[in-house]
Amino acid sequence: MTAWLLAALQTLLFLFMAPLLAGWVKRVKCHMQNRSAPSLFQPYRDMAKLFRKHTVLAEHASWVFRTTPYIVFGATILTAAVVPLVAVQLPTTAIADVIVLVGFLALARFFTALAGMDIGTAFGGMGASREMMIGALAEPVMLMTVFTMAMTASTTNLSEAVLFTLNSGLVLRPSFVFAILGLMMVAVAETGRVPVDNPATHLELTMIHEAMILEYSGRHLALIEWAAQIKLMIYAVLIANIFLPWGIAAEFTTEALGVGAVAITVKLMGLAIVLVVWETVMAKMRLFRAPQFLGFAFLLSLLGMLTHVILETGG
Amino acid sequence: MELAQLSLFNQAVLVLAALALLTSFLMLAQGRKLPLIYTYGWQGVLLAVTTALVAYVTGHTHLYISAALTLALKALLIPWLLHRLAVRLNVQRENEPIAYPSLLLLAGAALVVFSYYVSLPIVQFAASATRNIIAVSMSIVLLGMLLMITRRRAMAQVIGFMSMENGLFFAGVVSTYGMPMIVELGIAFDVLVAAILFGVFFFQMRASIDSLDVDRLNRLREVDE
Amino acid sequence: MSPLILAYLSLFCALASGITALNAERYPWLLRYGSSIWLGLCGLLAVGAGGWSLIDEISLIDQVRLGLPWLHWHLKLDPLSGFFFIVVGLLVLAVSLYAPGYLQEYVHSKIRSLASLGLFTGLFVFGMLLVLLADDAFVFMVAWELMSVSSYFLVVYQHQHSANRRAAFLYLLMAHMGGLAILLGFGVLASFGGSFTFDAMRAANLSLAWASIAFALTFFGFGMKAGMVPLHAWLPEAHPVAPSHISALMSGVMLKIAIYGLIRFTYDLLGDIQWQWGLAVLIIGAASTLLGVLYALMQHDLKRLLAYHSVENIGIILMGLGLSMIFINAGRPALGVLGLIAALYHTLNHALFKGLLFLGAGAVLHASHENDLNNMGGLIRRLPQTAIFFLIGCLAISGLPPLNGFVSEWLTFQAALQAPSLASGVLRTIIPITAALLALSAALAAACFVKVYGVAFLGVARSHKVAHAHEVDIGMRAGMGLLAVLCVIFGIFPAAVINLIDAIPQMLLGVKPVSATAQGWLWLTPISPRVASYSAPLVVIGIVLFALISYVLMRAHPVKFRRGYPWDCGFGALNSRMQYTATAFSMPIRRIFAPVWDITEQIEELHNPTQPQRTEIIRHQLHVQDKSWSRLYEPIGMLVIAAARRVSRIQTGSIHTYLAYSFFTLLLLLWVVT
Repeated sequence: MTAWLLAALQTLLFLFMAPLLAGWVKRVKCHMQNRSAPSLFQPYRDMAKLFRKHTVLAEHASWVFRTTPYIVFGATILTAAVVPLVAVQLPTTAIADVIVLVGFLALARFFTALAGMDIGTAFGGMGASREMMIGALAEPVMLMTVFTMAMTASTTNLSEAVLFTLNSGLVLRPSFVFAILGLMMVAVAETGRVPVDNPATHLELTMIHEAMILEYSGRHLALIEWAAQIKLMIYAVLIANIFLPWGIAAEFTTEALGVGAVAITVKLMGLAIVLVVWETVMAKMRLFRAPQFLGFAFLLSLLGMLTHVILETGG
Repeated sequence: MELAQLSLFNQAVLVLAALALLTSFLMLAQGRKLPLIYTYGWQGVLLAVTTALVAYVTGHTHLYISAALTLALKALLIPWLLHRLAVRLNVQRENEPIAYPSLLLLAGAALVVFSYYVSLPIVQFAASATRNIIAVSMSIVLLGMLLMITRRRAMAQVIGFMSMENGLFFAGVVSTYGMPMIVELGIAFDVLVAAILFGVFFFQMRASIDSLDVDRLNRLREVDE
Repeated sequence: MSPLILAYLSLFCALASGITALNAERYPWLLRYGSSIWLGLCGLLAVGAGGWSLIDEISLIDQVRLGLPWLHWHLKLDPLSGFFFIVVGLLVLAVSLYAPGYLQEYVHSKIRSLASLGLFTGLFVFGMLLVLLADDAFVFMVAWELMSVSSYFLVVYQHQHSANRRAAFLYLLMAHMGGLAILLGFGVLASFGGSFTFDAMRAANLSLAWASIAFALTFFGFGMKAGMVPLHAWLPEAHPVAPSHISALMSGVMLKIAIYGLIRFTYDLLGDIQWQWGLAVLIIGAASTLLGVLYALMQHDLKRLLAYHSVENIGIILMGLGLSMIFINAGRPALGVLGLIAALYHTLNHALFKGLLFLGAGAVLHASHENDLNNMGGLIRRLPQTAIFFLIGCLAISGLPPLNGFVSEWLTFQAALQAPSLASGVLRTIIPITAALLALSAALAAACFVKVYGVAFLGVARSHKVAHAHEVDIGMRAGMGLLAVLCVIFGIFPAAVINLIDAIPQMLLGVKPVSATAQGWLWLTPISPRVASYSAPLVVIGIVLFALISYVLMRAHPVKFRRGYPWDCGFGALNSRMQYTATAFSMPIRRIFAPVWDITEQIEELHNPTQPQRTEIIRHQLHVQDKSWSRLYEPIGMLVIAAARRVSRIQTGSIHTYLAYSFFTLLLLLWVVT
């Protein structure tokens, strides 16, 4: 029973810390680009404002448009419940393994794309078409990375995989080196960061995610933005905890949980800095170079799998 | 032998081998001249570090000299020579468009699987801890050859040839802990001479057919069109 | 009362449905209601027979004195046939609910023969069910031919258009080529076994070479019927042309009969499976999956698109079978069972959601007389319930949790992930690569169905007919609703489904998938709970819980909403032509995967004569062709015609030459006899 309670608490922590991560990323980016940064809690204020506002629905919007924010948010929460944040061995990680996680994110993407097409304008169609293309190219990369991890740990259960890496001690695996690079590139593509999509722009030539959610307002927009922030945190936590899991709590004692919380905070802050440096250094690519980017990511994850079979399993 | 049971240094050697394979793939897909040369330089650096690590693990001190030689020659001197050549021929900003880079990379992956399949019988009988790297070094050789086949510019073909030699050297280091010093010095100076000769050859080629595109060498054939 | 009696009754009902329709010219209601009721009964009885045989693990054999005097018909109902009986029965039931409403259009048009429609539908279902019961090669081939020929008559039903006749001819040609290959495969086994009965074939002792030849022949034959690449060309031609409920039956059920044939032949009759066969099946399955979905993405005819998706899903089933064969040969029967279960589950799922999608396409066609996606739009407001059912079908085929398509794809991935337990290093590298191809295809399928649903149902109507479509009648909705509900149920209770079908691997391989449901009905754990677990009911509970919480929270703080115009960049009136079309939606993917098709694109800009810089009209022509036509079928066709021309030289038309032929043949025979 306590395990389920802890799982629920962890999910709530995930939910409410995601905007903080987004605020931290924005702050670091502003400092790096020599601008003055907004407060760390600005995303919370923005969301509160959106929740209070009236909703404007487009003329031809159907029930698909109205229910999509809830479906997207729900799918993202389910994903967050499955990912180990502070502790492993929680019962929620047995409900869905990492392939189901990819499926949940695909469900959210499907409905967001449908909502984009529901309005009947060119923007929505454009965003939906581009998003599905990028999603289609990113999915084999993600799965190949998952396979590399699953073949090493012989499990797709996230909890067990993290425990495996924890218990093996400090082992330098070439497959993990490639897998973490591949997963980082997939995370950039799926969460709509530079160089695939620019999260700060609203120009139709450059937007993918923004184009799909252009017509959303009020609490619908708040839910979708929140879901996007949670998604970024999910990918960051996956990268941090699968490949660098040291510090995560393996039992449910208070010190272990405390250490786990501090560890994940430090890792997320570090990953955010890496992301900001990457975004500042790279320029956004034009749309038809995104397949090359993802093709390179696929090459990395393929090499990860190949080096696992060739170098790590002793012929 | 499971990875976790190897020592940290052996694992580091495996990681460096995998990274060297990655540089081979990067060269396959790279159309611009200067990044190609720099990637080749990085491959040389990785090779040198691997040699030094193997020297540390096994205690064969002559490998330290080998590592220094590799660093000096393959990571510094030859890339510098090629860079100078590119600037003098004024091709450093050239971008050779590659027809289907994804197809090329998939072919490279297929070559890696193939070299693994070919090296399996050898791998069974070797006794050292890093025997699986033979498959990786064979892949580097084959990928270098693929680079030579699929490129039109002479510069890229030279780098393909050099990276083939890198692969062979790598295989030598990890499977037999280096070759006799005389052999190594001989090969190293051969490669240096080859680099210089290639430089001369580039100028000659440019002078006679006014381009560095090797497809145009077919103008030199006997048969009339 | 035994399952076999129920099976016979269902056969009888199918036949009765055909015969009832014979008088439909005078009494159209006989076709609409009469044969549909018989079909519905047939479906129910088939589900009953199959379910009974599967759950109680009964195998019954019988000999019927039909056929040749010295060669009785051997019939057998065992769990494998029972499973496919359920698949056929469910879809026939849904189609029988759907048919009365759909056939109303044909009755009113009075151009074509209604009797033939009803008769051949009945014969088609009869043929399919008889194939499942066959226990010797003779019955199998007779029933197979009956199935092929009656479906030919259904495909060519609207024969006024020459395109339909060509498509039907191609279908007939390829069905018979496949049938010939299957016959030859059976022939190999029969010659070694001594007789045509399946029991004799099971006992036959084949050398490895002959077994491989038999396998190759039947894989070619059944694969051609199932629609694997590159033998799939008839699928996208024949399925769109047939009436929609027949397309649903063909795509949902007939392709599965081919899979049944393959499983029966390889696992039951041949028995000793080689890993090379499994590798061939796996690679062809992966190629079919990827190429099927890529071809589907370029279609804007709704039914042709769905037909190409059948190619993709058959590829997924073949991948499961291939993995299963590889693991069985490697001495890991538990993993082989996993692959087989994944393939069978996907067979069931595909029948359900593909049937649902074809029935939905038929409903759209019925309501708006429109087949082209680029002319549809906004149907969610005109056909609200059809839209919900179609959405469930789209979600299921895209493999999204918590519906059924996801479960079978998840099981296939889990089977592929067990590759590290194989000894061969090359297999260990190839299998993850095929799994990555499967992931790519699943994501591309989701993209395709966002396109289909978004362009057809969402947005604004792009043509007049579609803007005035009416919701279809209750029967058609009931048929679709039944399939939609089953899609949801089979997605939420996968452990129960696996418990139901575990008799099949027990019968074929002697191993049960115990671990899959070892943790109870709530958890699906294919190998062990530590390796992978999925709890669909808990996922659904999570979704429902979340929906409830958000509903309560939203109700507590209600916020006003108003309707407004969508953002139009300040240009003013938006019309329906400014939306994305289906062709536009798939353009990025067309550019990325361009080498896969034969694309001819022509853009013509017509300028204003007085102002040369202004473009008045732009004409865009896009033709995307399946590459297998130009690379495989046309060369073979031309080869055959060239050879036929050479051979036709012996027909000179002169009497003297023909007399000379008979004369020389007579001389030859006289010489041989002496």
